[in-house]
Amino acid sequence: MAIRSVASRRTLSSLKESSSKLLGLRGIQTFTLPDLPYDYSALEPAISGEIMQIHHQKHHQTYVTNYNNALEQLDQAVNKGDASTVVKLHSAIKFNGGGHVNHSIFWKNLAPVNQGGGEPPKGALGGAIDTHFGSLEGLVKKMSAEGAALQGSGWVWLGLDKELKKLVVDTTANQDPLVTKGGSLVPLVGIDVWEHAYYLQYKNVRPDYLKNVWKVINWKYASEVYESECK
Amino acid sequence: MSLDVGTGKTTMEPCLESMKTASLPDLPYAYDALEPAISEEIMRLHHLKHHQTYVTNYNKALDHLRSALSSGDHSSVVKLQSQIKFNGGGHVNHAIFWKNLAPVHEGGGKPPQDPLSSAIDAHFGSLEELMQKMNSEGAAVQGSGWVWFGLDKELKRLVVETTANQDPLVTKGSHLVPLIGIDVWEHAYYPQYKNARAEYLKNIWTVINWKYASDIFEKHNRGLNEF
Repeated sequence: MAIRSVASRRTLSSLKESSSKLLGLRGIQTFTLPDLPYDYSALEPAISGEIMQIHHQKHHQTYVTNYNNALEQLDQAVNKGDASTVVKLHSAIKFNGGGHVNHSIFWKNLAPVNQGGGEPPKGALGGAIDTHFGSLEGLVKKMSAEGAALQGSGWVWLGLDKELKKLVVDTTANQDPLVTKGGSLVPLVGIDVWEHAYYLQYKNVRPDYLKNVWKVINWKYASEVYESECK
Repeated sequence: MSLDVGTGKTTMEPCLESMKTASLPDLPYAYDALEPAISEEIMRLHHLKHHQTYVTNYNKALDHLRSALSSGDHSSVVKLQSQIKFNGGGHVNHAIFWKNLAPVHEGGGKPPQDPLSSAIDAHFGSLEELMQKMNSEGAAVQGSGWVWFGLDKELKRLVVETTANQDPLVTKGSHLVPLIGIDVWEHAYYPQYKNARAEYLKNIWTVINWKYASDIFEKHNRGLNEF
């Protein structure tokens, strides 16, 4: 029977998993749902407590559970040399792993107003936004438009292209992380535009959700990531 | 069409001038008629907001297409295809969906008769197994999409398929005819079932209109030999 040892690492500015367990002699990590750094109701009225609770405890948890299942199956398939199964599992790994990665970033992208949520970015990131988009309003408008136009489920991102040294706005489908759009892209702010992210409160009116979510966007975190990548 | 042999160009008559616009079809039942399987709130939003938006945006895209074609702006013609596919598909799919559903007192949930019933048994073992297959494939759709029960006219067999976003079934094979489509976009169930898509799929069978599916099947069956 595999030996489990718990290794917990919490790094605030790191994008790595906030807690993980070691499973098996080969050290396949499994993952756990990270805690929210604020109460479920703390982002109201922009995002309702009901949405936050279901989004975190049901949707994100399901991605974590299914990701772990897929990884265990992957471990077995690799051990058996079952390449067909290894390949077959890629879809479940990408979808659920992506869901876990994306939502882990998302919770850090948000903050209650009394903890700086909505406060415009200062310093290097603020300057870079003005350079690339004209103004913060220009960036917000672009992200809101692209988020609203996304067909089906997905995410709208503000990212840093480390290689080209510029900020970009991009979208990804389903649970594809930003890196699937370019290996040098680092996510700074991601906004979930799956219907589950807003439907209970905003119904079909995704543009209203996009208009309001900016009031709780945590620009401090985005700035930290930006500055650490720019070193 | 007139062919200008000299320059090799062809000009199209303005046939699009008489192009029909799409319009939101009425539901054949009241908004609360599918309860408790699907709530009135969902039916209202789904029909009056979501489907209406697809219709509106489809008509807009067709309008832009007409202008682009008239001015020979082929770059725009191509650029518009995404809007046409998405919104046109949304219209096509939902128009089928409303017919796929019926209140219990109008036959919703009543199992199909022959010849569709025998065909289902032949292909899937039983109606229960067909439903199980559709439920598991519907639950497994990553993101937004539809799960379909269709007829492959060419291969003369019944199939279960899924499509992403608002892709109609025909995008999976031009000889596929949709008999039943189940919307698994989150808007189709979220206010009532929240994240529990599997519950929605379990319950929707109580209002599936097998009569309509049978009609479509028989219509296509008439041209085929022994199925």
